[in-house]
Amino acid sequence: MEFLYSLFSFFYQFGDAFAFLVLSACGLAVIFGMMGVINLAHGEFILCGAYVSTSATHMGVPLPIAIALGSLAAGIAGMIVEVVVIRPLYKRPLDTIVATWGISMIVTQGTLIVLGTTMAGSGTPFGSFSVGDYSYSIYRIVLMVMALVTLAALWLMFTKTRFGILARATIQVPHVAEALGVNTNLIYSLTFGLGAALAGLAGGLYAPTMTLVPTMGAAFMVEAFVTVVVGGADIFLGTAPAAVVLGFIKASLTSWQGQLAGQIGMLIAVIIVIRILPRGISGKILKERA
Amino acid sequence: MSSASRFTSFLKLIEGPQTLGKGPKFWSGFGVVLLAACAYPFFADSYDVGNNVYFFNWLFMAMGLSLIWGYGGALSFGQTAFFGVAGYAYGVLTINLGDAYGLTLISLVLAVGISALFATILGYFLFFGRISGVFLGIVTLSVTLVLERFMAQTAGPEWAIGKARLNGFNGMGAMPSLTIPWPGGNIVLYPDVTLYYVTLVLLLVCYLGLRILVNSRFGNVIVAIRENPMRAEMLGYDVRKYQLATFVIGSALAGLSGVLYTSWGNYITPASMGMTAASLPIVWVAVGGRSDLTTTLVGTLAVLIVFQSLTIYGSQYALIVMGTLLVITVLIAPRGIVIALLSPFMRRKSKLEGER
Repeated sequence: MEFLYSLFSFFYQFGDAFAFLVLSACGLAVIFGMMGVINLAHGEFILCGAYVSTSATHMGVPLPIAIALGSLAAGIAGMIVEVVVIRPLYKRPLDTIVATWGISMIVTQGTLIVLGTTMAGSGTPFGSFSVGDYSYSIYRIVLMVMALVTLAALWLMFTKTRFGILARATIQVPHVAEALGVNTNLIYSLTFGLGAALAGLAGGLYAPTMTLVPTMGAAFMVEAFVTVVVGGADIFLGTAPAAVVLGFIKASLTSWQGQLAGQIGMLIAVIIVIRILPRGISGKILKERA
Repeated sequence: MSSASRFTSFLKLIEGPQTLGKGPKFWSGFGVVLLAACAYPFFADSYDVGNNVYFFNWLFMAMGLSLIWGYGGALSFGQTAFFGVAGYAYGVLTINLGDAYGLTLISLVLAVGISALFATILGYFLFFGRISGVFLGIVTLSVTLVLERFMAQTAGPEWAIGKARLNGFNGMGAMPSLTIPWPGGNIVLYPDVTLYYVTLVLLLVCYLGLRILVNSRFGNVIVAIRENPMRAEMLGYDVRKYQLATFVIGSALAGLSGVLYTSWGNYITPASMGMTAASLPIVWVAVGGRSDLTTTLVGTLAVLIVFQSLTIYGSQYALIVMGTLLVITVLIAPRGIVIALLSPFMRRKSKLEGER
């Protein structure tokens, strides 16, 4: 029995790490995979989602709707950023990193000035349950389910909807798509907006479990980055398997040595992985298939 | 070729295709600026002079980033990691070794060496894995952020190396300043006029040395790699080795900045490796004009001074101004503001035209 309890504890931690990696990385992965842009303001879209959803909760909006609102706000902000800053820079991918970093600095400091050093949280809902000697948060289980739901929804969106097909066509051969009458600029805007909305979703979902400070985006950055680096450009063949592998590493090291060890271990794993698989897991899979 | 003529041809590399500024006009201007810099302590309070060495401390890191990013085309966001590693290494070494017999100078060399070694290990995985520019940026950024978090949790007494407590989030202090052994009493380089001149000389040596480096065969190869890695490889250069060497040199300069900063303020904190700290070198170098050492120097000094005065008069808006400056530079003057301002006057210079 004792063994089963610790097994459950490990799976819970693994699921928690997996959910965190998937949710924090998928917005970054959509934007990078579809557009080749690394969005360093990713953490700030997460911040936007977290702050908007928490404010909505404070105003009495039920949590699921509040989270959706946060995600929507981040998505709209993302589309504005795309039009104003990213669009002139598609030919210079390195410069998009620098520009989005500039945005990140402005937003973090702006939030600090306007809203102060911290915002009252909304508290983790649903309470807890216990298995053996330990008690576990039910909300964390909800987050794990949400991570899987998000992946499934993205898969459906990119394979079954008209937007998904047009987006993939635009990404593959932009000028042919354009010649066939696709409004590629709109597709780019929507894709960037989608990535930002996913970041906002992560922010909204994790807001009840975190302290809300203007620099909270940075807490997601390392995890999101390493997942995208290990995964490569494809969400389903890259981000998801990368999150499984990294989640396993993180959960083992965290339960053994604490949270920081988990993070350091992940980073070292990443540095070694890029030596072996420079284009990430998805690059490896796609190359072998081709 | 006799050794004398080899030496002169070596010195001639001080101007060449990879650096802006040549001929008597540029060098006389350079001389005037240098003279002004030398004369400055005679007209200012020695306390202010010592304080203003602060600005010089960062220029080494900026030049290193210009070399890696501007000349080599590899965007590293994590130069602060090497800054911090060298700063902490200097602190740990000097607290344990003391400041007698020039041991602080040995510590300086060792600390810069440690950051260079760290850069070599990291760079080996990055460049020999042949990862693209975008990934390089985010991996280096992750490294510096994780280092910050690691150092921030070293508060307990168990985190000590020899006599040196790491002190977690509050940072490490009380390490001795650089000390030059001298007959008739050591010269301790407190933030003062002496330190100002020492740093100025160091800066001059690094600047001129880097000019020679980028105009040498090595420099031409790294620019060729930036322009077209495939072509450089087809011409028989091992791209990975050149990129790694560039990265190590640039990171060692960041390490030098770290040591000088730590010795100047007798203080180093984890925040020096954090997100904000990591973003500032990018702002300096991008705004100044990353593709040239001189514009990087001028731009970095200008941005640093603006940032400093903003911090005094409206501290909280300084970072917003920096962020805005960065976005605007990238959108409007991608080669940097200094070059954008200069280009109307230098239309005939081939370097400006020839670049991307």
